[in-house]
Amino acid sequence: MVYKLVYENLKHRPVRTLLSSLAIGLGVTMMLALVGVGEGMLEDQANRARGVGADLVVRAPGSSVVGMGSLSMNQKILDYVRAQKHVALATPIGVHSTGGVSSIMGINYEEFAAMGGGFRFREGAKFSQQNDVIVDDLYAREKKLKVGSLLHTMNRDWRVSGVFASGKLARVMIPLTVLQDLASANGKITMIYVKLDDPANTQAVIDAMKKDLPEYPIYAMEELIKQFSVNNLPELKAFIGVVVSLSVLFGFLVVFLAMYTAVLERTREIGILKALGAGPSYVLGILLRETVLLAVIGSLCGILMSYGTRWLIATFIPASMVQAIVYRWWPIASLITLAGAVLGVLYPALKAAKQDALDSLSYD
Amino acid sequence: MAIIEIQNLRKTFRSGDVDVHALRGVNLTVEKGEFLAVVGKSGSGKSTLFHILGGLTPPTSGTVKIDGQSLTELDEAGRTRLRRNSVGFVFQKYNLLPTLTIRDNIDIARDISGDTTPWDPAFLEVVELLGIAQKLDRKPRQLSGGEQQRVAIARAIVNHPAILLADEPTGNLDSENSDMVLELLRHLNKKTGQTVLMITHDPEAAAFADRTVQMRDGLLHSA
Ligand SMILES: Nc1ncnc2c1ncn2[C@@H]1O[C@H](COP(=O)(O)OP(=O)(O)OP(=O)(O)O)[C@@H](O)[C@H]1O
Ligand SMILES: [Mg+2]
Repeated sequence: MVYKLVYENLKHRPVRTLLSSLAIGLGVTMMLALVGVGEGMLEDQANRARGVGADLVVRAPGSSVVGMGSLSMNQKILDYVRAQKHVALATPIGVHSTGGVSSIMGINYEEFAAMGGGFRFREGAKFSQQNDVIVDDLYAREKKLKVGSLLHTMNRDWRVSGVFASGKLARVMIPLTVLQDLASANGKITMIYVKLDDPANTQAVIDAMKKDLPEYPIYAMEELIKQFSVNNLPELKAFIGVVVSLSVLFGFLVVFLAMYTAVLERTREIGILKALGAGPSYVLGILLRETVLLAVIGSLCGILMSYGTRWLIATFIPASMVQAIVYRWWPIASLITLAGAVLGVLYPALKAAKQDALDSLSYD
Repeated sequence: MAIIEIQNLRKTFRSGDVDVHALRGVNLTVEKGEFLAVVGKSGSGKSTLFHILGGLTPPTSGTVKIDGQSLTELDEAGRTRLRRNSVGFVFQKYNLLPTLTIRDNIDIARDISGDTTPWDPAFLEVVELLGIAQKLDRKPRQLSGGEQQRVAIARAIVNHPAILLADEPTGNLDSENSDMVLELLRHLNKKTGQTVLMITHDPEAAAFADRTVQMRDGLLHSA
């Protein structure tokens, strides 16, 4: 019976119900989009790292696990690595930051392709000239590039010679020698990817190399990929915390306002219920149920809208961002929002529960 | 048997710095099954008396008993129970919940009292008698004032209250609808033995009751 009243009340003010749900949902969407982008980008990074086909990686001393790094490793290390037992193939990579999170990567094309089973070109082919660049399909889509298009970066115009299927470590690649020239870093590389005769030897090779190169971080690829997790990104974790708090506050404010005005608007109805013998808990129950229902509708809207943000990201900035749908966070985000909503209804509900029956049943 | 016993009932409102003595020592006994009319000038204290009987406001002093239960000691929770179980209220304004159908307006009163059983035959007969049986699935605003007031009466008696309090139930109605409502109140009173107390300005309306008392400056006189 109470549910009927709650339902009719929600139906009675459809615009209020819709707007409140959307506003509540926005908080849910914020959380889901942020967590989804975090996980999606890490997952994408992991997939691209896997796509190299290496068993281990040697990085420059002092470089961070998750960051891309710079041209700071002496290329001579490469000769050492190649000479090690069990090493089937070792290829150097150069990374040059082009501002923000974007970077350009230099490779030895033949080696790099051999290690990962080759590039799959959607269009065009590998570099043939000095100013050729290959880009992955997502980057091409985001920047609207085709074979033959010009790409301006590192103070120069590049010609796109090929568009390859994403999943090969980087989105924009040029020959390593060209990158070293441009960056005035001849003989310098960023890291070395290594393929072994048998992956089972990975740990033994790492142990042996670490003896000779104690300062160099050397990771098994699987171990490295495990590091691509939100737990290793304290900034992201902190940011998620901020957004969660904002969402609680948001839910609180929206519900406070919506329910406060509802209580003001319904003083007469509340008075009638009280005159019929409804106690404070009955009145409280009605408003609480209405709030929970709003929060549930809002959460559903929020989840739907998170598919919307994913579509927007995938359509307009597929290379810069990837948003995963993180089902695990659906109940979390919904409960967080519900908590804010319930906090928001407390004051209006108490006001209603305390309202004097007679105040509103005026006779004029 | 007396269903209402009031002795030396006083009610004083404090508005600002002045005390308003709305009731100054009311004495009244109402027998079970009686239909009593209360008349009196505006501001004489009629509604205040009903609000006390209906548990909407506490008395200042004196004793009030409904069906043997004393109201003087009741706290807010006790008055809520009284409203839920022992009295039915009909207001001048019909005071139906606008978003609910007629059926649900009646059912919510039952829900509040914790009763979710189907309507019993006796109540179905009352609904029929009130002429609202065909309108149960409509919303209040789709009904005329007279019809809405009859719904309010059905709602007021659905929990079998000891007393039905009607504060100017015909105040908003034209004479035709007014007569119908009064006729129905009298019919209910005679047929089911429902005790009814009714406030009215109108001597013709009062004539429907078994007995009339007059409120004058916070005191009751038999008329
Ligand atoms: N909540 C209140 N606070 C202060 N004074 C009040 C309050 N309620 C009623 N009064 C005063 O008590 C007196 C009696 O009021 P009451 O409403 O009982 O009169 P009434 O006989 O029902 O009048 P009417 O015929 O106009 O409905 C009036 O002087 C009124 O102003
Ligand atoms: Mg009055």
